[in-house]
Amino acid sequence: MAGAKEVRTKIASIKSTQKITKAMQMVAASKMRRAQERMAASKPYAQKMLEVISHLARATPEYRHSFMAVERERKRVGYIVVSSDRGLCGGLNSNLFRRLIAEIKEQRALGVDPAFCTIGTKALGFFKRFGGSVLAQATHLGDKPHVEELIGTVRVMLDAFEEKKIDAIYIASNEFVNTMTQKPVIRQLVPLVPGERQSMPLHWDYIYEPDAHTVLDSLLTRYIESLVYQAVVENGACEQAARMVAMKSASDNAGNLISELQLVYNKARQAAITQEISEIVSGAAAV
Amino acid sequence: MATIQVDIVSAEGAIHSGIASMVYASAELGEVGIAPRHTAFISRLRPGDVRVENAAGEQEHFYVSGGVLEVQPMAVTVLADTAIRAHDLDEAAALEAKRRAEDALAGQTAEFEYAKAQSELAEAIAQLRAIEKMRKMRRG
Repeated sequence: MAGAKEVRTKIASIKSTQKITKAMQMVAASKMRRAQERMAASKPYAQKMLEVISHLARATPEYRHSFMAVERERKRVGYIVVSSDRGLCGGLNSNLFRRLIAEIKEQRALGVDPAFCTIGTKALGFFKRFGGSVLAQATHLGDKPHVEELIGTVRVMLDAFEEKKIDAIYIASNEFVNTMTQKPVIRQLVPLVPGERQSMPLHWDYIYEPDAHTVLDSLLTRYIESLVYQAVVENGACEQAARMVAMKSASDNAGNLISELQLVYNKARQAAITQEISEIVSGAAAV
Repeated sequence: MATIQVDIVSAEGAIHSGIASMVYASAELGEVGIAPRHTAFISRLRPGDVRVENAAGEQEHFYVSGGVLEVQPMAVTVLADTAIRAHDLDEAAALEAKRRAEDALAGQTAEFEYAKAQSELAEAIAQLRAIEKMRKMRRG
């Protein structure tokens, strides 16, 4: 019964794999819920900031911060690439990188040179293989990323922008559409894309302390950081959702494999029994 | 009694939301007290306490490590920082991020260390297992 035994050990090993994938699926599901909550929690801050910034921009039209300046000619653009730290999440990261490669090709055709900032180990690994100048990186943010961990990375990009080493900053990350769908998107961060300009309903202005420019400066940096933070959190939710789906299909596949192998095992066992009986019968006939 | 809506939010989530009769905060140029119907006001905050006093006169304290205070006649919003921010600190963080990138591309990464540690651990486990087997064999 050598064949049957082999099959049995195979079934056992697939069963244990299935246990792991099932556990990962459930862990991902609960982590996804928490990541979605975090996503929602970070929204009011950015919302409020945008309100204040657009008010300030309207109230002090004579002052234009370089982040809000009109577009300048592009020679080099920066990309902040947000990826996950871990694998086993389906095509999440590779879809993003594919989208990014297409974008880079387009930009290169226009004579624009890209520079990168990576968040997450997968992006770093990708640029190691793919090549490209990586200005800064942040990895191992965990399930609960903090803004502090991103300050440095964002700062490098903003500094490069202020020094005119790069002429625009984009962020590439996954957008959470729903549990089944995550869409890789590339959005422009700096110069800030102006929203629809409503005329000021009432002529009022803040009392500034110390002055409008200082407040605007510190707000803008924080605003951009919060946008990056949001992208990181959203990407985290995407990662968990993608992992959940990938692990679900892995568990299903394992189930199919097991039922197929079970059939093979049953056949092998039956064959062995039949053989044994026929041996006994023929032995009895010989006597 | 006049009241004012207070929201303390940070990039990582809402910290406090409620109605108050008075709000105190340490603004850039000194401590400010915001009463309802205060004129529109905006200031940077220094690291310190934000105190929210409700109608009953009870005070709640929130520590913020900086941020921006925005005041409208009927609402106060504190956009709190989650970390202590200073120019040189930010600069240091930026340098750190750069260094990490350089290190990673040069192949001297923590990742590498981790992989190495993991393989060492696997080796140690294998050794232990071998020892255990030998012991059993001797006994048997």
